[in-house]
Amino acid sequence: MIGSAVGGFGKFILDTAEETGQFTFLVRSTFGWMTSYRIEWRQTLIQMVKVGVESLPVTAMTAFFTGMVLALQTGASSKHFFNEPLFVGTVVAFSLVMELAPVMTAIVVAGRAGAAIAAELGTMKVTEQIDALYTLGTDPIRYLVIPRFIAFMCVLPLLTVASDFTGIWGGYLVAHAKYQIPATVYWHDIVNNMEIRHFVHGFLKTFVFAAVVSLVSCFKGVTTRGGAEGVGKATTSAVVISMVLILVLDYFATAVLNAFGIT
Amino acid sequence: MIDAEGVIKSFGPRTILRGIDIRVETGETLVIIGGSGCGKSTFLKCVIGLHHPDSGKIVVDGVNVADLKTEREIAEYRRKFGYLFQEGALFDSMTVWENITFGLRYLTDIPPGKYRKIASDCLALVGLKDIEDFKPSELSGGMKKRVALARAIAAQPSYILYDEPTTGLDPIMTDVIADLILDLQKQLKVTAIAVTHDMKAAYKVASRIAMFHEGKVLQVAHPEIIKISDNPYVRQFVDGKSEGPIKMKLKDFEAEGASNHVVKKNDVARN
Repeated sequence: MIGSAVGGFGKFILDTAEETGQFTFLVRSTFGWMTSYRIEWRQTLIQMVKVGVESLPVTAMTAFFTGMVLALQTGASSKHFFNEPLFVGTVVAFSLVMELAPVMTAIVVAGRAGAAIAAELGTMKVTEQIDALYTLGTDPIRYLVIPRFIAFMCVLPLLTVASDFTGIWGGYLVAHAKYQIPATVYWHDIVNNMEIRHFVHGFLKTFVFAAVVSLVSCFKGVTTRGGAEGVGKATTSAVVISMVLILVLDYFATAVLNAFGIT
Repeated sequence: MIDAEGVIKSFGPRTILRGIDIRVETGETLVIIGGSGCGKSTFLKCVIGLHHPDSGKIVVDGVNVADLKTEREIAEYRRKFGYLFQEGALFDSMTVWENITFGLRYLTDIPPGKYRKIASDCLALVGLKDIEDFKPSELSGGMKKRVALARAIAAQPSYILYDEPTTGLDPIMTDVIADLILDLQKQLKVTAIAVTHDMKAAYKVASRIAMFHEGKVLQVAHPEIIKISDNPYVRQFVDGKSEGPIKMKLKDFEAEGASNHVVKKNDVARN
């Protein structure tokens, strides 16, 4: 009983170490290929459309309703304590721009595009299409991973900016319809209290999330083992690991940005 | 010429190749036969560089695969090979002609304007036409195999490696593929290694046949000699009989598995 528990723990440590090593190798190879400037631009553009354009409706809608619920909650709390819906625009904008829009956009994109990447690459792996790339003179990292990595790095920040605006707009609709806050007051609250560094704070974090989601999804895809079951497992673990890492790294990225005064 | 000496390859605790010594002469078609899991496909993947042997060496035209370091050297090496995967491994997201010409971009200096014509020519060689714009999902199993074959020959390789080219096909299509392999040998004058379970196809296309068993080469000989081989493993495999040294092991395992199953059932019944 104890022996099998120790054995199981040892296997877990070995598997984790092996996976970490493989992931490090993938990251190193990705940056290695990128510095050689031989980038598959056509593939990169295709991925930008898949990750960016096709994700825009769902990320915008998520942000829109997040902004609405933030305004609703802020207005209700503010009314409860001050008898007046105060600083609704400020709270909505700060929450969205610095935290919610970057994190929620990354999570939605991880669930949508990250899962699709892991499933696609996983299927390619189990049907030997990745081996076929090798035999046809192409490095899979160069052809599959780098275009997806660059697409995420370009598109996720843009999707987040779109989420910032749609979320703030959603907040305004509720503030105006539910609490009769005039447009000038709502926007004044935002413009007067926010500075460019607050936007930069949230914007910079999106690059960390983009790197994590793209690399984890690609890694899980290209290391898929087994058949359909393996693809399912790879897809699930790509999404779960991406989501957990987004939340964990959000804390550390915030701490680092605060340390540099970008807060 | 492909020359393999003492090739050993393990995956974790499982040793798949246990010292393969084999030579493939220029212009010949060597067919590798053997039971599932005996290392046939692994050996092919070692030859093309998809797997790296733990020890031993594979030398192709005087170049040791293990010595290939730079991207240019690896590309030059892969340029020599066409590889037909067991299930075709066609890229789902591309059309037939894009699949066929995919490697040309990376392996050759042929201008992209000529790709479409090359794709049609390669399709004609494998007996297909007017399917250039189809997606792999729109093709039958036999057509996929032939398109994969067209892709393997598109860059005009000196060597073609066939990984179970007839698996999963009906007997007529199996014979068609075997004829195709023979035709390609005659027309393109390539050196080939084919891995197969299908003895009829093996006899038809082989210059020599090598029997693998448990990661080792048991016998390499002309097909006519293999037909009358007195090696019990080879004999059993080519005759396709369940009785013999290969099946004996499986029977031992089955007997053990069956007795365990009975014990478990009895335990359940007692409880």
